[in-house]
Amino acid sequence: MTDKQRDVLLSIQDLHVWFELRRFGFGHAGYVKAVDGVTFDLHYGETIAIVGESGCGKSSLMKTILGLNKPTRGAIKFENLDVGTPEGEALRQYRAKIGYVQQDPFGALAPFMNVQRILEEPLIINGVKDPVERERRVRKVMEEVKLTPVDDFLHKFPHMLSGGQQQRVVIARAIILEPKLVVADEPVSMLDASVRVEILKLLRGLQEKYKLAVIYITHDLSTVRYFSERVFVMYAGNVVEKAPVGSLVHNPKHPYTVALKDATADPDANNALTYRELPPGEPPSLVKPPPGCRFHPRCPRRIENLCEVEEPYDIQADDHLVACWLYK
Amino acid sequence: MSALIKSTRDLLRYPSAIIGLLSIGALLAISAYALVTIPYSEATRLWRGGEDVWYQNPKYAPPAWMNFFSNEKQPVSFAVSSKEGGGMTKTVTVGEQNTSTILITYSFDYAYDKFPQELILYFKSSFQDKLPFVSVAWITPSGERIRIADLAVDRTQTFRISQDQKLQKRLKTEDVLPALFVEPKSESASPVKGTYQIEISAVTFEPDADVDVEFVMHGTLYGPAGTDQYRRDLMLPLLWGTPIALAFGLLAALGTSLLTMIIAAIGSWYGGWIDELIQRITEINLVLPFLAILIMVGTFYSRSIWVILGVTVLLSIFSGQIKTYRAVFMQSKVSPYIEAARAYGTTDRRIIFSYLIPRMIPLLIPALVSSVPTFVFLEASLAVLGLGDPVLPTWGKVIENAFADGALYRGLYYWVLEPAVLLMLTGLGFAMLGFALDRIFNPRLRDI
Amino acid sequence: MFQNNNLLRIEDLVLHFGTTRGAVQAVDKVNFDLDSNHAVVVLGESGCGKSSLAKAILRLLPRNVVSYSGHVYLDGNDIMQLDEEEFRQNIRWASISMVPQAAMNALNPVIRVGDQVAEPAIVHLGVSKNDAVALVKKMFQHVGVPEDFITRYPFELSGGMRQRVAIAMALVTSPNLIILDEPTSALDVLTQASIFNVLKRLKSELGISFILITHDIATSSELADRVAVMYAGQIVEVSDAHRFFAEPLHPYSRMLMASVPRLRADTEPEFIIGQPPSLLNPPKGCRFADRCPRRFEKCSEEPPVANVDGIKVKCWLYTS
Ligand SMILES: Nc1ncnc2c1ncn2[C@@H]1O[C@H](COP(=O)(O)OP(=O)(O)O)[C@@H](O)[C@H]1O
Ligand SMILES: Nc1ncnc2c1ncn2[C@@H]1O[C@H](COP(=O)(O)OP(=O)(O)O)[C@@H](O)[C@H]1O
Ligand code: SF4
Ligand SMILES: [Mg+2]
Ligand SMILES: [Mg+2]
Repeated sequence: MTDKQRDVLLSIQDLHVWFELRRFGFGHAGYVKAVDGVTFDLHYGETIAIVGESGCGKSSLMKTILGLNKPTRGAIKFENLDVGTPEGEALRQYRAKIGYVQQDPFGALAPFMNVQRILEEPLIINGVKDPVERERRVRKVMEEVKLTPVDDFLHKFPHMLSGGQQQRVVIARAIILEPKLVVADEPVSMLDASVRVEILKLLRGLQEKYKLAVIYITHDLSTVRYFSERVFVMYAGNVVEKAPVGSLVHNPKHPYTVALKDATADPDANNALTYRELPPGEPPSLVKPPPGCRFHPRCPRRIENLCEVEEPYDIQADDHLVACWLYK
Repeated sequence: MSALIKSTRDLLRYPSAIIGLLSIGALLAISAYALVTIPYSEATRLWRGGEDVWYQNPKYAPPAWMNFFSNEKQPVSFAVSSKEGGGMTKTVTVGEQNTSTILITYSFDYAYDKFPQELILYFKSSFQDKLPFVSVAWITPSGERIRIADLAVDRTQTFRISQDQKLQKRLKTEDVLPALFVEPKSESASPVKGTYQIEISAVTFEPDADVDVEFVMHGTLYGPAGTDQYRRDLMLPLLWGTPIALAFGLLAALGTSLLTMIIAAIGSWYGGWIDELIQRITEINLVLPFLAILIMVGTFYSRSIWVILGVTVLLSIFSGQIKTYRAVFMQSKVSPYIEAARAYGTTDRRIIFSYLIPRMIPLLIPALVSSVPTFVFLEASLAVLGLGDPVLPTWGKVIENAFADGALYRGLYYWVLEPAVLLMLTGLGFAMLGFALDRIFNPRLRDI
Repeated sequence: MFQNNNLLRIEDLVLHFGTTRGAVQAVDKVNFDLDSNHAVVVLGESGCGKSSLAKAILRLLPRNVVSYSGHVYLDGNDIMQLDEEEFRQNIRWASISMVPQAAMNALNPVIRVGDQVAEPAIVHLGVSKNDAVALVKKMFQHVGVPEDFITRYPFELSGGMRQRVAIAMALVTSPNLIILDEPTSALDVLTQASIFNVLKRLKSELGISFILITHDIATSSELADRVAVMYAGQIVEVSDAHRFFAEPLHPYSRMLMASVPRLRADTEPEFIIGQPPSLLNPPKGCRFADRCPRRFEKCSEEPPVANVDGIKVKCWLYTS
């Protein structure tokens, strides 16, 4: 579990990522507050999972870490370097330091490049000039992600590969520059259920072998326990609960986490016999999120005159940090 | 390589592709033939023309194959000469006291139902002081020998048989030619078919003197393509017009498509004011009168095909197509593979040229191929409007000349039809190929 | 011959597609049946022919069909024998309707969702425009969409709401049977669970039967009375849900079950090595043979369907 001695690789302080909304292409019409005050540290070699429903800001958070979005406010430090505002060449170089595994493997691969070219691109761009050296590294990384025999795959185009194989190529591309951190944004949600485990195990194997730090993003609680040490639960732009994985899965504290767990099915014929208890409604608009606790309109345990008024902050409860007034 | 073979095989599954490729192949073959057999300088010289270049040809002669379509066979022009390999037989007999006798003969089959327009002899002789003396005789199929002329010839001299007054008197008719092609005293209105012979015997009076002759019959038909009002053989502009049309069409299509695409890519990638600027330029350009500008350039600046090509490309870059491309680029711009490329540090330039544009190639190629004829037609239209390149023989120029000379009123349809057929072949070829390519590159249209 | 409550019975259903490289045997002699007011889950990896099976039942065929045969008995009548006109009038949408794969993303973006839901009722039942509005409101109630969403456009709705609208479109003609093709694959857990609550309610309150097509075992258990496992164009196991989720029989089903990550148990999920065979030229014997840990000599011949206490398994291990 989290080793307090380990050094911090990535540090996020009070990060805000807001997108400006424009009316008819011009004129300010508010902000989409996709990430609204997120703070956490990630250590070398640590894996964390970020869980939340789609639209809660997971990808916006990741893209900001990857340098693809500009943070609106807050600080990002990577290897003790302030990377909140690099520009131009510095930004380009920073981006190459983090591996990125996307959700839709087919979309993530340029359809007109073959596997070799796809994997060579990051090398070319980052100054590996010798083609022999490039091919050596491409072959090595393909072995790593078990795209073997390598010669069968080297010249294939993405549409000739199955979804699982495509995702292997994406993973190979993410690790070919030997990053210290890999961000995997819902890497298996578009894949067939039968391939998901395969891909997750591959990622975990690579993580262990290279001591990678991994941020695993998902909306599916049932996969996090096979992958991460800590879990952050996100709701409407906020992280509402941070906890070690076992404790979070067995003993969730935030009412939203509880709802997520209750909604997640294990295969069981009895599931068909009862209705599931679910919080009513849908996640709020991120343009005008509810005051106080953002979950309060849906929360079965909300405390009147408190939850809808004051915003909860991270409260320590056992080994959890919970943004919920119930734990005050 | 195997991908290339595969796509070719794919392509050949479409009949339209085969038609298109055959048409384009034919045009390319014509171009190659023209470029190899008629050098550029020769082509422009011949096209500039003048009586000294084309004197051998009749004016307004439809092509020889017109005879296929009519029972009444019209005479086809020919020209022969006594020079080495010129077709006539020439024998020189050296006589006494520096004299020589030169006998030049030529016999030909005349199997037409009409009289020729003119028979001409062009003499060329070399001598110091004493002019050679020449007698010309005509021998009809029945063997009758008609004396045409006896004359001393200068260094160059032209003798038009129909206009020789002595001959008219001798034959007692204004219409000399009919008299030569019918039996004497017969009343027939059509020529006698058979083998005629012309015999030129010359006597020279100096050691190095010589006489050569060109014998030209102006029929009513000429060659495979016919002639125009300046006696020019239309084969020249038809042949040479092909590489010019293809070059213009391909260069314009390529230049326009590539530049349009690059500009659209740059605009949509960088966004902001660059995109705005491109959009505004496009909108302004869309309301500019395209043809009027070309006409102005042609009238006041230059009618060189390269200038016109440049202006055409310039004016076509910011076309409606830019908006189409932009729409697609805006989509691929946010696609995950571009995002991935940014994430591993790809520079903007590389994203534009290695990621955005290649994605567009499947859209670009069919559009490019299909747009070739548009530019070929444009060039022809400009020529018809009198803005054709002043020195190059082109299809459009042929049509312009034909119109200027009222070809259609005079029933000289061949003059317009020949370039028109080539234009249509071009249109058909590229359109068909473009259609098939579209099916292949954009599988949504493809039937399974 | 049929039990009274037997609603649908599929026998030897075949649907092959022609391609330049040969016939794709997407549905190859499929058999299963479904009782009235029950739900059967058709479970299988993508590409195994699930959507094709749905299309074959509803006769929604693409143009390149080379082989289409078998029997589909609805209430004892073989609807494969009907001509297209009768099929369109009495079966499609009238008795069996479908929520196609990715239907929520296929809604027409420029038509109000209320009008889109009314469309099948107007076309198939000849309902008047005014009655249709009332009908749509009722449907929205059934699937849990607020009534005033009638006038909204698809882009104004969340994914979950759009999927409910798609279900309402299938429901509006009051069919007995609805085929759901991967209805929740693209949705979040909470939304998935709430859609399944809707489906459960439709089943218990309106007595509707379902064929639920999915690759996700865990969520499939939310609705299943019976489970049919499909592999490479064939059904390899048809079982009762309780017995299936407790312990499936076919080696493929077992491995599928073992590959599910579980939230409430500490088993480590295991994946199935390899890939399903091509449907262009599937292996002669058992199609699962080259991925099967328990294969033996016999497996190179096509296995018969064994009946193990009512569970049908297409596997040599269960023939006595
Ligand atoms: N570039 C953008 N411009 C405007 N809004 C955006 C942009 N990217 C994301 N959003 C909005 O931010 C919110 C969070 O999106 P996202 O981070 O993708 O969530 P998740 O990954 O959790 O599904 C959504 O409402 C989305 O519409
Ligand atoms: N119209 C078609 N023509 C040819 N092949 C098809 C067609 N439709 C589907 N297929 C093929 O049939 C197989 C089964 O497809 P499908 O029924 O969509 O599977 P599933 O729904 O289980 O993912 C796949 O291999 C698919 O490529
Ligand atoms: S803070 Fe209140 S409303 Fe928010 S989750 Fe806790 S109890 Fe519910
Ligand atoms: Mg996301
Ligand atoms: Mg499907």
